[in-house]
Amino acid sequence: MSLILIILIILIVTAMMVVFSSKLIIGAISLALTSIMITILMFQLNSPLAAVFELSICAGLITVIFITTISFVKPATEEELIVSRKRRLKKYIYLPVLVAIAGYLVSLAIRPLSLKLPEIIQETNVRNVLWNLRQVDLLGQAIVLLIGVFGIVVLFKEGRKK
Amino acid sequence: MLALFILIPLISVIILNLTRFDFIKKIACWFGLLLTLVQICFVLFVPLDLLSSKAGFFGRYFSFNLAADSLTKIMLLTIGIVVFTAILIGQFTYSDETKRFNFLNLILLVLAGMNGLVMVTDVFSLYVFIEIVAVASFILILTYKDKLALESAFKYIVLSITATLFILLSIAIFLLISGDTSFVAISAAIKNPQNNTLVMIAVCLFLCGSFTKGGLVPFHGWLPDAHSSAPSSVSILLSGIVIKVTGLYPLIRIMDMTGGGSEPIKQILMVIGAVSIVVGALGALGQNDIKRMLAFSSVSQVGYIVLAIGTGTALGIAAAVFHIFNHAIFKSQLFANAAAVEKQTGTRDMDKLGGLASKMPVTGGTSIIAMLSISGIPPLGGFWSKLLIVIALWQGAHYTYAFIAVIASVITLAYFLSFQRRVFFGKLALGLENIKEAKFGLLLPAIILALLTLLVGLFFPLIFNKLILPIESLFKW
Amino acid sequence: MSTPNMEVLKIFIPFIVMLIIIGFYYVLMTKNLIRILLGLEIITKAAILAIIVAGYVTNNMAMAQSLVIIIIIIEVFVIAVAAGVIIHIYKQTGSVDVRSIRNLKG
Repeated sequence: MSLILIILIILIVTAMMVVFSSKLIIGAISLALTSIMITILMFQLNSPLAAVFELSICAGLITVIFITTISFVKPATEEELIVSRKRRLKKYIYLPVLVAIAGYLVSLAIRPLSLKLPEIIQETNVRNVLWNLRQVDLLGQAIVLLIGVFGIVVLFKEGRKK
Repeated sequence: MLALFILIPLISVIILNLTRFDFIKKIACWFGLLLTLVQICFVLFVPLDLLSSKAGFFGRYFSFNLAADSLTKIMLLTIGIVVFTAILIGQFTYSDETKRFNFLNLILLVLAGMNGLVMVTDVFSLYVFIEIVAVASFILILTYKDKLALESAFKYIVLSITATLFILLSIAIFLLISGDTSFVAISAAIKNPQNNTLVMIAVCLFLCGSFTKGGLVPFHGWLPDAHSSAPSSVSILLSGIVIKVTGLYPLIRIMDMTGGGSEPIKQILMVIGAVSIVVGALGALGQNDIKRMLAFSSVSQVGYIVLAIGTGTALGIAAAVFHIFNHAIFKSQLFANAAAVEKQTGTRDMDKLGGLASKMPVTGGTSIIAMLSISGIPPLGGFWSKLLIVIALWQGAHYTYAFIAVIASVITLAYFLSFQRRVFFGKLALGLENIKEAKFGLLLPAIILALLTLLVGLFFPLIFNKLILPIESLFKW
Repeated sequence: MSTPNMEVLKIFIPFIVMLIIIGFYYVLMTKNLIRILLGLEIITKAAILAIIVAGYVTNNMAMAQSLVIIIIIIEVFVIAVAAGVIIHIYKQTGSVDVRSIRNLKG
């Protein structure tokens, strides 16, 4: 239990690191660190399959996409960095305070909460659930894949210059 | 059997891209039109029981949880009509063949996605198909990568992802209280009075997501930009069907699951509907760009639909669905007219246009019919749906909202009359002497849709019995 | 009396809310398009965590995992398209500043 609490606090810290990052690349890497924290949490909550997906896709593929995008943008010069650092501190200085207060208030508000959760016998094998119960979603996945392919074609393929 | 509505467009996209014959790409558009016509005929002429049977080849290997009731039937019909119009306009407005082929592939995939959306029985599958339609619309807006399109596509993406967040959080809460995400399981869990606060939070979150997708105030910031900077056929698709299928149809299903909605939810719906009507109408008054004015008008009409859903009565929801159908028809037709005007004159700015009625009589005539329908003038289709909405409001003793609805109709008439006067009547503007009427292909959808508006209006008792009453019987809680 | 699962839920909910606030605040306040995308990613992670927690508490991990897998796959495509849009905006205007894409009047 305490491990989960520690990981959650590190999660919030890494999310703050994304906000306060001075260079974009540090922001992207902090996002990857946040994904890794989420993966550890998912392992603690008995969801190994989803954890592996999250690790490989969010901490891997999406970080690569971000770093590709960042490498297209020309980097900020030295004095721009200093100016933006000062501005950023001024903008976001209230954020940790706000977040801490909000978290404290929410934890107080839900203290008296008690739910009678449903007792349902369910399928416990993810593969069975995915293939038997959620076939429509898998069909949707196939459609999204095709749309993604056409999206990349439309976005990045230059037409033949006539 | 129902899965065919999704699978046939999907498989045709795969086949269209695997063949190497060039002539396939040329006839691809006509194939798309054929598919939508087949869909319309199927919906109109084949009874529901036959459609929903699970026999046959697919029943043995795949078991998709799809169901179709009379609400699905009307939505499938509307989807077929709007996609037909969009493909036809796209055929004649895209000049580059590669772009046209990409457009057709994406439209077929959007067709598959929207068909799936109205047929699923599960909240999470609803989310998956909403995302499919959203991703496809981002890409469709970006076909010509001009600055305005990129900007509006980015705004749309940001707001779409926040809508996704709201919907996912509400699905998480539904998963918490019912353990399963299908409509029946959630309805059963909602009836348990212990869960009332959680259900209220979940429904509010879902409402926020639906309002963002449907373009209601205060989440309508993306709509005027996206609908005006997209290419013409994509505007038809977006304004005519996408905002309704991804924003309002899930709203109707949620209202169905919560048994008409509790009092606070109904109040929220009616307030936001009324505010959207007024903001949309006032926004449209001050526009110079034709498509931007039509986009604000869409915000206004979607407000009408939400106002009708907010009454929570069966007649209200039936009126809302009928208005969805009517709005799809006349908004598609207005955008088709705008496409014709833009193609022939090269501009969308109303200040530079004028006196086009003598040069483009068909476009002018059909736009007058659409204008009368959208303002609720009898005997056209729009009059009946607005009348039903006002009656539903009156029956629920919401006299102020009925009053607002009627006044907004007058404002609608006002800005459309101004549009007519500035574009079609008045003096012929400079530089427009050589304008001819648009090609037949661009006029055909406008003529068909105008005729449809007229027929729906004149044969209203028939429509009422066949389409409205079945929906009303669905929602008797 | 709260079961162990309820305790877990009560620990997670404040953190999920905090993550959402961080994400939203970042999206609203930043001036860089790529940072907006980072903020949206944080928000999506909060949503995924919410679904996993909901599944854990009702002992329904299989369903929750399947949902999360599908959400992650769809989210990849959305981020890819958004990244493509940002690259094109940079190619056309030379900056990824939000203020450079405020051409259309609201």
